[in-house]
Amino acid sequence: MDSVDSVFYSDRIGPSSNPLLDQLPSYQSLLYRRKPTASGSMKRRGSSRTRVGSSSSWKWKGEKVEERPKTTSLQRPVREQPKTIEEKRKDKELRIEQDRDLGSWKLWRQTTRRSLRRLKEDGLELLSTLQLWRGDIHVIEGMFGTGILSYFSFLRFLVLLNFVIFLLMFSFVMLPIIIAPRTLANTTFNIYDGSECSEYPSTSRRGLVVFHQYIADLLSGTGFLEETYLFYGYYKVDAIHFPKFTYKLPLAYLLVTIAYLFLSLIWIVKRSASGFKRNLVQDEDRFQSFCNKIFAGWDFCITNETAARLKRSSLLYELKTDLEEERIKQKIADRTRKEKCRIYFLRLVLNLFVVAVLAACFYSIYRATIYSQKSQMEPPANFILDLIYEYLPSIVITLANFITPLMFTLIIQFEDYSPAFEIRFTLMRCVFMRLASIGVLLFSLWSQITSCSGGSCPCGYNHELYPCWESRVGQEMYKLMIFDFIIIGAVTVFVEFPRKLIVTYCDCGLAKWLGQQEFAIPQNVLEIVYGQTICWIGTYYCPLLPAISTLKYFIVFYIKKMTLVKNCRPATRPFRASSSNFFFLVVLLIGLAMACVPVTVSIAQISCSQACGPFVNYTTSWEVVPQTVSQLPKGLRRFLFALASEAFAVSFFVITCLAMFYVIALAGAHKRVVDQLREQLAMEGKDKRFLIQKLCQAQRTPARSLGAQSHSDRGSQSQSGAQNYCSPEGVLLARPSVSATHV
Amino acid sequence: MGNKQTIFTDEQLDAYQDCTFFTRKEILRIHGRYHELAPHLVPMDYTNEPDVTLPLALIVNMPELKENPFKNRIVESFSEDGLGNQSFNDFVDMFSVLSEMAPRELKAIYAFKIYDFNTDNYICKEDLEKTLNKLTKEELSAEEVNLVCEKSIVEADLDGDNKLSFADFENMIARAPDFLSTFHIRI
Repeated sequence: MDSVDSVFYSDRIGPSSNPLLDQLPSYQSLLYRRKPTASGSMKRRGSSRTRVGSSSSWKWKGEKVEERPKTTSLQRPVREQPKTIEEKRKDKELRIEQDRDLGSWKLWRQTTRRSLRRLKEDGLELLSTLQLWRGDIHVIEGMFGTGILSYFSFLRFLVLLNFVIFLLMFSFVMLPIIIAPRTLANTTFNIYDGSECSEYPSTSRRGLVVFHQYIADLLSGTGFLEETYLFYGYYKVDAIHFPKFTYKLPLAYLLVTIAYLFLSLIWIVKRSASGFKRNLVQDEDRFQSFCNKIFAGWDFCITNETAARLKRSSLLYELKTDLEEERIKQKIADRTRKEKCRIYFLRLVLNLFVVAVLAACFYSIYRATIYSQKSQMEPPANFILDLIYEYLPSIVITLANFITPLMFTLIIQFEDYSPAFEIRFTLMRCVFMRLASIGVLLFSLWSQITSCSGGSCPCGYNHELYPCWESRVGQEMYKLMIFDFIIIGAVTVFVEFPRKLIVTYCDCGLAKWLGQQEFAIPQNVLEIVYGQTICWIGTYYCPLLPAISTLKYFIVFYIKKMTLVKNCRPATRPFRASSSNFFFLVVLLIGLAMACVPVTVSIAQISCSQACGPFVNYTTSWEVVPQTVSQLPKGLRRFLFALASEAFAVSFFVITCLAMFYVIALAGAHKRVVDQLREQLAMEGKDKRFLIQKLCQAQRTPARSLGAQSHSDRGSQSQSGAQNYCSPEGVLLARPSVSATHV
Repeated sequence: MGNKQTIFTDEQLDAYQDCTFFTRKEILRIHGRYHELAPHLVPMDYTNEPDVTLPLALIVNMPELKENPFKNRIVESFSEDGLGNQSFNDFVDMFSVLSEMAPRELKAIYAFKIYDFNTDNYICKEDLEKTLNKLTKEELSAEEVNLVCEKSIVEADLDGDNKLSFADFENMIARAPDFLSTFHIRI
């Protein structure tokens, strides 16, 4: 019976078995599996059949039994042991018997620990059934493997994140306003002092309104939607006086904004921590290694025949790509100086070209925004034309984000990088393009808002064109989000579906050239990160945006699932699950960083509008905080001032820098230690072999002198036996001795 | 917990829950799957622990294993006789080790067994070649196969004997980030 433990020592029948090896302390330590489960493995030896190696090693272990005391508390749970179920059951019964010998206190502790563990397992099972979309993701995993699964679990994470942000916004900003009239609270509204800055012409439609006007309003957030909870301008409350305390809405609004950005940061970092640690410890080449592909490459979850075929071809492709990459590395190392100069020059030119393309795109976005803003001031000529002008920035951004990736993939082929680097570099360029386009839009909006006809603005912003500029920015973000959603749906219905029909039913050259749609994970991830960045920026101006975002991602999940199942095949260039999770979260973090910039600038720098919103009584939104602080009790105020003073800030900065340098140095040192230990391990292995050969040689010499006295063939037999006994490399050592004994 | 089931006694279910990574409901479900592989062979009443084994050919046709290139080796590694005839205990043990909750060390031990085709407790070059051919259905050229196997051994072999012992294998698996997510079967 081939039990699992035979993994730990070499087979008796095999040619290179050696009882010496079994007795080595390192071999014995393998049996103990890291934790000091000495007594556990002792019992294991005792209860199983005696198929153990040499008697000497058994005796050695026998001594060990008496030495070590019972350390039941350090035993690994039964189910983590590599034995058959009957053996595990015997183990468990043995342990229960052991426990009976313990005192009542320890017995009670053991039983409570067991029942707690079982309770925890049942609880976790219940919790996992409540997990959103568990069944759908199971199906996707079975059909397409873990790479695409990571995309969908990322989508689920975003739905949850948006929902939590919405809950935050709702409970701290909207809920007090809603319940205030129902309780005994007294709300004070913002005073509009009648100056020119606080003039806010009403935007609700009056008189006879054509029906399509409502649709236009719904799609662009103007008209009847502008003065609702949807936009910043509606929150005109200054403070709510509850019987026990006063609830200051401006402060709450500001703090919730900072809170949701912080919460997103912490949640994403926590989620990416494990992938990040792994990436730090291993260097780049290792984790794409051949061993990883061979032993951890096949996805055991695949149950579908087509998926299995595709997985096989993707593995094949990966291996071929890796082999080619080795060849290219060799080629790069062999490059001459002249070739290097040519390549670098070409790369410079192409990068300049890329920069020029990006600049052109940004400029077109800028002009489109300005044109759109200008045309919104004039009365609409036509319903459709009006919508197009409203959505012009979104349309231009989407077009730019569609064309530039194609261009980048074309250009990178000329730059002659290694395939892995090509993918990453193209992705980085696309990420930059996507996120920077939002930045350009916001920048152009601000240039409009803060530029007045007379040079300097009396109210700090252009109050004639933008009496409530935050609502206007909120409307732009709202439009971007709606348009993004429409595009995702439209592309699925109008591009992917017909393509699938053409490929399936039509046998023309077009079908062959197009091929079936691939589910390109990087592009899809960029799409949803783009949407999330819009949500993060827009929530400050449009507090209901997270709710819209949650709904949007919820529907997008089903759209993407449907298109995946019906229209797509997995990408031939597979995305590894391990690195992809990390990649998604890194891109999301970049999006978050990008989102923080506009929000910070608008909170701290630009004067808030005087005609609407909660911050009417302050010049900038940030001013709420200093004012609140000045009303706090004296001790707390002094503490907060101390925190904000230069002395504290500088010393905090210096200490953080020191800590960072220390941690970086530590990581570098650990890496070096890991490399050294690896070399040492290899050396130890070689040492071990060498010593064992020498030992065999030394053992053989007295044996050979006995054998030479008997028959020659018996001597040769014992020689060959001895040769079989030691490793094949011992053959070389045996030869000199042969000549010595044959006199 | 509240339902009266007559397949196992409560003690048996407890034992299974402690010896595997499954809950009671899952164990009953797995028994259902085992039963439907051969309804006339597998009794519904396991309270007196009948000695029933199912042959390799039946188990390997399960939808979870059908598309796996290593299905034969997996079933063989979890069988008592090494030929793939699994009792219910072996069956549930197999899925327990391959479930999400099993720790990496345990999975590594069984993965080593699975990839060791000639069961000599070393993954030698022939084992690697067989693994690779099963993975790619022999679509790599012989030279490429040779190159890949050589590179893998160079990467993972620490003690310099040109084959992977369990220590080498485990060390390599600890550095392979995909292992935990790919080496699992959902049932």
